[in-house]
Amino acid sequence: MFPEAFQVHIAPAVNRFIDNLISSYAPIFDSISAGILSFLLTVNNILDAVPWWGYILAVALLSWYSSKKIVASIVLAALPFFIGMFGLWGMALQSLSIIITSVLMALIIGLPLGVLMAEVRFVAATLRPILDGMQTMPSFVYLIPAMMLFGLGRVPAVLATLIYALPPVIRLTALGLNQVPKAIEEAALAYGATRWQLIKEVRLPLAMPSILAGVNQTTMMALAMVVISSMIGARGLGQEVLLSINRIDVGRGFEAGISVVFLAIVIDRLTQNMAKRWEPPKR
Amino acid sequence: MNAPSEAIVINDLWKIYSRKKSLKISSSDVENEEYVDELDKGEDAVVAMKNVSLTVNHGETFIIMGLSGSGKSTLIRCLIRLVEPTSGEVVINGQNVTQMRKTELVDFRRQSLSMVFQHYGLLPHRTVLDNVCFGLKLRGEQLEERRVKAAGALEKVGLKGWEKYYPAALSGGMRQRVGIARALVMDAPILLMDEPFSGLDPLIRRELQDEMIWLQKEMNKTIFFVTHDLSEALRMGDRMAIMKKGEIVQIGSPDEVIANPADEYVAKFVQDERDQVQRAEQVLAREKTRKEEAAHVS
Repeated sequence: MFPEAFQVHIAPAVNRFIDNLISSYAPIFDSISAGILSFLLTVNNILDAVPWWGYILAVALLSWYSSKKIVASIVLAALPFFIGMFGLWGMALQSLSIIITSVLMALIIGLPLGVLMAEVRFVAATLRPILDGMQTMPSFVYLIPAMMLFGLGRVPAVLATLIYALPPVIRLTALGLNQVPKAIEEAALAYGATRWQLIKEVRLPLAMPSILAGVNQTTMMALAMVVISSMIGARGLGQEVLLSINRIDVGRGFEAGISVVFLAIVIDRLTQNMAKRWEPPKR
Repeated sequence: MNAPSEAIVINDLWKIYSRKKSLKISSSDVENEEYVDELDKGEDAVVAMKNVSLTVNHGETFIIMGLSGSGKSTLIRCLIRLVEPTSGEVVINGQNVTQMRKTELVDFRRQSLSMVFQHYGLLPHRTVLDNVCFGLKLRGEQLEERRVKAAGALEKVGLKGWEKYYPAALSGGMRQRVGIARALVMDAPILLMDEPFSGLDPLIRRELQDEMIWLQKEMNKTIFFVTHDLSEALRMGDRMAIMKKGEIVQIGSPDEVIANPADEYVAKFVQDERDQVQRAEQVLAREKTRKEEAAHVS
């Protein structure tokens, strides 16, 4: 056994820190919460305004535009139709609004951080362990304080999803920027590119496939959080899964679960096809 | 301002790469011969270029020749500080490059010279035309103007009709033509070429060499040309410098170098060329006697 004499607990310190945050900075967290909520509601309203067939049409057209495969596009467009058939359309939209909100936030925060990580060695060194932590820390550990700070419902769900989904976009942005061949960078510099021009004209476009792979990963991670975030009161497909677990209703759980899968497949195929279009042409 | 007669002046240029973070090499270190020797022998640093001085005149094609690792690539990069020289001075068209601040350097690179690379350095996500426009874009020229100029440059290198293609669709020789067009379109007085034809197969290489010579007759630029291929050096160069282990061992016209190699290293380089000339003479002589005999018989 590990000797008891060496035991030191940081739990009280963490507790005090969170208590302190809640008591002293409540207004700040409230305003952050309000901001995220209004963003979320805007996304939700836009999603609600589109008729159901609009989604199916959009999936079909986007898939056709980006892949030029007819059968694949029809199959892909059928998947959201199935979700509707299960009577889960509304819940899927609610999940989707949380996912879209957190992915947009992840991009707004993650892309600049990825560029910084690739450019400044110090940032890379500090960010790397933090990202590791964000990805491996069991999500319930930060769900509890998130709930305490932001209350129940969709806002902490967005934040928890953000924490989980942010690392891939940062990492893959930095990776893509660092993978640009040195010969091309050198040529750009020789023709008088400034540091910013080098990033804008050469490194970002060449890193685009990797960055979009990061966006894809981020979206997938966000989907994985759907069920967990329903545990803190976010409505959506996850709620349905949770409910059927409680009632041991296997069939109902399966319908909700397969709907999450369909949602994931649609988003994954669309973003991947988009990523392919950004690759430098082979001919 | 009266233009100096030399296009490029290099004075006592040194480059020592440090392989260890803790090892900082200052410009005064190069004066300590023992220390440099020690660094050269050790693992912590690489002395890539030692005390290089030379001048290139206007309108001249100056060749830097040497085997890989002789410091020739370092030298051409130091000219525009893609590699920061450890010590020494580079003056191009009367402008002291080594003393420029960053913004001045960027401006200088945009205006005064252009460069062609061994590995082309083309942007895979831009069309051939946009690749040629690249330098002009960095310079801030208008879209229409740069498209017109770029189309002209592409025509010059024989790539008319390829404007809309992407580099991946082109063969190595054609890619390098794009690289050359990108350099020519800048209309800069000095052209730096870093082993531009080394990656190409012999026939294409020869074709491009000929075209370059032909273009040069018309343009009369100052060309600083790095190669490891002696026959290329002899074909293209007005004068050449031969580098060995970071030092220049001989500077002279191709004829001088072949006739009077400065040391064994140069002699070895030149030997092949001499052998080939000899062999060619022998072959031609044999052919001649055979023809004479044939004529005799008939």
